[in-house]
Amino acid sequence: MTDNAPTDISRRRFLGGTATTVAGMVAPGVLLHEVAQARPADEPVSSTVRWGMLIDTNKCAQGCSECVDACAREHGLTGHGRPQTDAQWIRKVDLRDKQTGYTQTLPLLCQHCEHPPCVDVCPTGASFRRADGIVLVDKHICIGCRYCMMACPYKARSFVHETLEDQLPDSPRGKGTVESCNFCVVRVDTGRTPACVEACTAENHNAMVFGDMNDPASDISRQLKQYESRQIRANLELNTGVRYRGI
Amino acid sequence: MSNVMIKSGLLTLLAIAVLWVPALVRAGDSLLPSVPEAQRRVSETQGCVEPTADMRRNHMKYILHQRDETMHEGIRTKQFSLEECIDCHVSSAPDAPRVSSDKHFCNSCHTYAAVNIDCFECHADRPLAKPGKLSMTPASPSARLQTDENPVAVPPGDDRQLATEGLNHD
Repeated sequence: MTDNAPTDISRRRFLGGTATTVAGMVAPGVLLHEVAQARPADEPVSSTVRWGMLIDTNKCAQGCSECVDACAREHGLTGHGRPQTDAQWIRKVDLRDKQTGYTQTLPLLCQHCEHPPCVDVCPTGASFRRADGIVLVDKHICIGCRYCMMACPYKARSFVHETLEDQLPDSPRGKGTVESCNFCVVRVDTGRTPACVEACTAENHNAMVFGDMNDPASDISRQLKQYESRQIRANLELNTGVRYRGI
Repeated sequence: MSNVMIKSGLLTLLAIAVLWVPALVRAGDSLLPSVPEAQRRVSETQGCVEPTADMRRNHMKYILHQRDETMHEGIRTKQFSLEECIDCHVSSAPDAPRVSSDKHFCNSCHTYAAVNIDCFECHADRPLAKPGKLSMTPASPSARLQTDENPVAVPPGDDRQLATEGLNHD
């Protein structure tokens, strides 16, 4: 988790040449009044909830890596000084308009797609999408083939190359399996927000909002309805759970 | 080889086995597993979340079932959670035995039974040192998980949920 170096990507390529506006496109016509924030521990997750994240790139500070650091702390992601292969669940990406030189920065993580390519290609069923929209790797089943890493358009997944020790109880990780952002699933299941969002808010940047996109009363749904937002590579029609403002 | 020879061979093996048993029992201290005591008891009448005999035979089924429910459905009940097993059965002290040692709760038996477990290649083999996380009855020096004798006094207002909800007592 040491690779915080900005990745230079052409803005046009990054957006995939699409300008589809997706503001407020969250299950139109669906009105849900149950909020599953405090789901009891013995109750399975349900599709009445869809967890999502809205990232405002205008508020995301250049050079700030609080979200990345918080993720590393939360999940015990320690690198081996090899940025090419060290695990990376969230990274800062700098975008530069080649014509004008305008730069912006944003955090890029697993986009928790409704139609995830990683799940499509997984030969064992280890890569799966939970009913509430969180895309996970069941490492008990993962055979480490890394097809999902190749299928992911966001390069969101990492492979654990080294034998690990002293993993954290809430974040089991092991050699030979693929991993990626899990929206801090243990936190979410116990009614808390992901560590990156918490860190961004604590820094008073407030660039990240997390919540239930199926609940019209949630903060994220209201902001999605009010402001223009975009999915990265919307042309792939994956209906991502992570949306961006200002790109 | 004739039947007579096979039978006599088997009888000889049986005799050797029978003669060897007392030797095993005498050497019990070194051969039988020495299982470390749990940090606390689930109730005054019961040590573990199910009767000890049941846990010895079926813990792997409970954990496997819970594993799939937690992973895929987000069910995070504590009764058969591996994290809770470790919280209670392993000390968070820095010098506590790790899973590579046969002094570790899990490995003490698994070494004896010659069963390799790979849970701890990913999962934490000891609890995080979290002060104030104890929610169940602390084990007193006299409380033995294996015998379930010498019930521990229950502090008033303690969380008795696991003990009272439909669990068999041994």
